[in-house]
Amino acid sequence: MGIRFILMVNKQGQTRLAQYYEYLTLEERRALEGEIVRKCLARNEQQCSFVEHRNYKIVYRRYASLFFLVGVDNEENELAILEFIHLLVETMDRHFGNVCELDIMFHLEKAHFMLEEMVMNGCIVETSKANILSPIQLMDKAS
Amino acid sequence: MNPFSSGTRLRDMIRAIRACKTAAEERAVVRKECAAIRAAISENDQDYRHRNLAKLMFIHMLGYPTHFGQMECLKLIASPGFPEKRIGYLGLMLLLDERQEVLMLVTNSIKQDLSHTNQYIVGLALCALGNICSAEMARDLAPEVERLLQFRDPNIRKKAALCSIRIVKKVPDLAENFINPAASLLKEKHHGVLLTGIQLCTDLCNISAEALEYFRKKCTDGLVKVLKDVANSPYAPEYDVSGIADPFLHIKLLKLLRVLGQGDADASDSMNDILAQVATKTESNKNAGNAILYECVSTIMTIEENGGLRVLAVNILGRFLSSRDNNIRYVALNMLMKAIALDSQAVQRHRATILECVKDSDASIRKRALELVYLLVNESNVKSLTKELIDYLEISDPEFKGDLTAKICSIVEKFSPEKIWYIDQMLKVLPKAGNYVKDEVWHALIVVITNASDLHGYIVRSLYRELQTAGEQETLVRVAVWCIGEYGEMLVGNAGMLNQEDPITVTESDAVDVIETAIKCHSLDLATRAMCLMALLKLSSRFPSCSQRINDTIIHYKESLVLELQQRAIEFNYIIEKHQNIRSALVERMPVLDEATYSGRRAGSVPAAVSTSQGAPLNLPNGVAKPTAAPLVDLLDLSSDEVSAPSSSGGDFLHDLFGVDLPPASSQPGGNHAQKSGTDVLLDLLSIGTPLAQSTSMADMLSSGDENKSPADILDKLGSPSGPPSQASPPVGSSSMMDLLDGFGPVSSVPENNGPTYPSLVAFESSSLRVTFNFSKQPGNPQTTYVEAQFVNKSPNAYSNFVFQAAVPKFLQLHLDPASSNTLPASGNGSITQKLRLKNSQHGKKSLVMRIRIGYKINDKDVLEEGQVNNFPRDL
Repeated sequence: MGIRFILMVNKQGQTRLAQYYEYLTLEERRALEGEIVRKCLARNEQQCSFVEHRNYKIVYRRYASLFFLVGVDNEENELAILEFIHLLVETMDRHFGNVCELDIMFHLEKAHFMLEEMVMNGCIVETSKANILSPIQLMDKAS
Repeated sequence: MNPFSSGTRLRDMIRAIRACKTAAEERAVVRKECAAIRAAISENDQDYRHRNLAKLMFIHMLGYPTHFGQMECLKLIASPGFPEKRIGYLGLMLLLDERQEVLMLVTNSIKQDLSHTNQYIVGLALCALGNICSAEMARDLAPEVERLLQFRDPNIRKKAALCSIRIVKKVPDLAENFINPAASLLKEKHHGVLLTGIQLCTDLCNISAEALEYFRKKCTDGLVKVLKDVANSPYAPEYDVSGIADPFLHIKLLKLLRVLGQGDADASDSMNDILAQVATKTESNKNAGNAILYECVSTIMTIEENGGLRVLAVNILGRFLSSRDNNIRYVALNMLMKAIALDSQAVQRHRATILECVKDSDASIRKRALELVYLLVNESNVKSLTKELIDYLEISDPEFKGDLTAKICSIVEKFSPEKIWYIDQMLKVLPKAGNYVKDEVWHALIVVITNASDLHGYIVRSLYRELQTAGEQETLVRVAVWCIGEYGEMLVGNAGMLNQEDPITVTESDAVDVIETAIKCHSLDLATRAMCLMALLKLSSRFPSCSQRINDTIIHYKESLVLELQQRAIEFNYIIEKHQNIRSALVERMPVLDEATYSGRRAGSVPAAVSTSQGAPLNLPNGVAKPTAAPLVDLLDLSSDEVSAPSSSGGDFLHDLFGVDLPPASSQPGGNHAQKSGTDVLLDLLSIGTPLAQSTSMADMLSSGDENKSPADILDKLGSPSGPPSQASPPVGSSSMMDLLDGFGPVSSVPENNGPTYPSLVAFESSSLRVTFNFSKQPGNPQTTYVEAQFVNKSPNAYSNFVFQAAVPKFLQLHLDPASSNTLPASGNGSITQKLRLKNSQHGKKSLVMRIRIGYKINDKDVLEEGQVNNFPRDL
């Protein structure tokens, strides 16, 4: 319900992070990712951030070289999801400090942990950056 | 330690993969790593498990199969250290899903972790459970989760709340247990817990009606208060997003209020104030503010009627529509679709803006706007709206054209005030986007055209003009060709001019030109070209001066490699050359197609077998759908007075001819009629080469139009040396056919001779030949007479190639069975018998009369004898 999947894809179409909240086989995932990314990459700046694909909507935004795509149900508030994407980016920025694509790639687990704190089972859990980052910071200190 | 174990760190592996230039290289690297990981797993390598799993996750993200790593996850989860558990759970969630049986094994680990002292581990377990638990796991672990809903740590509470959502979704029966705890969550201060608590309540309301009731009664006021607090709260750095405190919470609250207020007046009343406050006070220059406003409008639209609020909402939407930000406009269009149901007046005010959006450069906005416009159409604005849409059709993208065309056509169909306007609009759409027009649409158009009899002239002239310029649009060509065929003489004669028309001179040969161009055009498909042939046939009757030219064109298609065109060409050519007298009756004007039955049939979407719908395929056994065979049969049904429906499909005919089950004597005369007519036709085809074409009665010819198709195939199947039905079929072939048919001779229906008997009659007598008729009738059927003709040779020479032909006036129907032989021995040593059947539609008023013609060869010399039989008994 709500969010179906979250993807981070770079401009060449390579997936940097993928989190699915519903079950799809590997082939389905790759096909889906390919289709959606092609659609989003083809759009320009002036066009709106919402794309309709099959029975869900994709809300996307480009930050530097990375596209953040979130697939949602038809009933979800799209503007809120846009805000959520921004929140995610800000959280990662706070943790990694000037986050870039390479940070996400080389610290994939941390990115996943952060995302997990924020979204569970397709619903937004936590929106406070401090609360999200505290367990992760604890873990870093302990290891 | 294995020296080849995955000594590479995650980051090195990633670097290696990134350095690959081709996909094959990448696959090689990944394969190597996977092999190393598998080796490490099988050795139960403790040290690098963490790293291996991280690598596996990366590989999985790239899209390679990684199921060998699943047991590793389990082992990691079971280990005591936090980092291992962490990565184990992460791997669990990424690499597995709820359908795998491996998941069951984790249940125990999760259970233990849920009771762990370290709250972070509890959090981990809850997270994992919340993301992928299955129904059985949910049932097992529900009590644990319930307990955790009241845990001291808010983080755990919030995770437990989300976990409960999943549990409740998987096992709806457990919903009751969670209602009370959920209600208490709503009183929390911690935003995270509040957020998830609200989410839980919303889902509970959706799943269980009693939960809905409970929350409505108890919690609505509390929720309103919470929303008020949040909206009025001072700056809170933690949850602040661009100046607004926790917009996510706002939105979730509004959503829950929506669910609670829907359908319930009291709840809606209590919400009115806060909704008004949120709607007016929220700043809309930031996205966060707009998100809240959007949700607010959505809620206002859903809860019970409140005029003031509704007006407020529509105003907000209007503001959104004129915003320059595409996202906002998109969202507004979306919302307006729902608003239309409630207050269409308000939405009509924004019609102009919406029309602009249809032409926007952004595909998503265009789509939404088009749907909205479709909902907005009513009788008063249909003309202007359609004009705009059609203008846009010209310049729109190809992907969009299909949608746009479909919408325009349905708007026009539903709301057209008068026929001429409907036809005009369709005439504009067809040249621009004919290829996107669906079949039902142009069928409906034809139905309307036939009904608008005063507009026929106008229609056909307009179509002619359009065809000159846009000859590649399939549908346009089909409709135009059909109309020119039907109303050709109006086109040429400028009949029925309307006031606003310019006169146009079209000669007959121009009209024929147009159709010939269409038929030669290779980009048009088979059905269209078949229709062109049909139209040419019609024109050959209506424009006698062009008949020869049309005939030449049709002859050209007799050698076409396409079966459909070839068959049609042959049949039509035959009609033109040999059957001039019936041709005009054959191609008379189509009757007015009944719109009611057509639309009823269309709604039922049953392909009509015969009559009306032109596009309905006729289901013939040779499997080729012949769309416009239907009108042909239709015309036949109409123009022949006595309809002995030749709808016994060719299948029966095939069946009969191959002699499998010869119809028993008790079969209907109608069935035999078909059978005989079939064999007659067969004879007909074969004897085409002989100068004396055997003439059958007109009714035969008409009804055989249907079965003509099958004989062609039968000839093919029999592999007779005549090959494709060409004009000159060798006598060898015909004699073999004759034999087969002769085999049928005795099978043809033997009429029971228990009717009134009639004296036999010498129909014709000359110095060399005598023809005797013996009559019989079936008791219940006074109109039909069975005649057995006997031919006796009076001369000393034998006759060969003996052929008997007969012609009867219109009110009679004649059937000839094959003769017993075609050699007549000399001097009455033998005789030829042939059975005829006569059906008199004017039985009692007119008696039978017949012209006969006998041809034979005597000493290699052809002889022809003719006569008229007038002396039939009166009461026959």
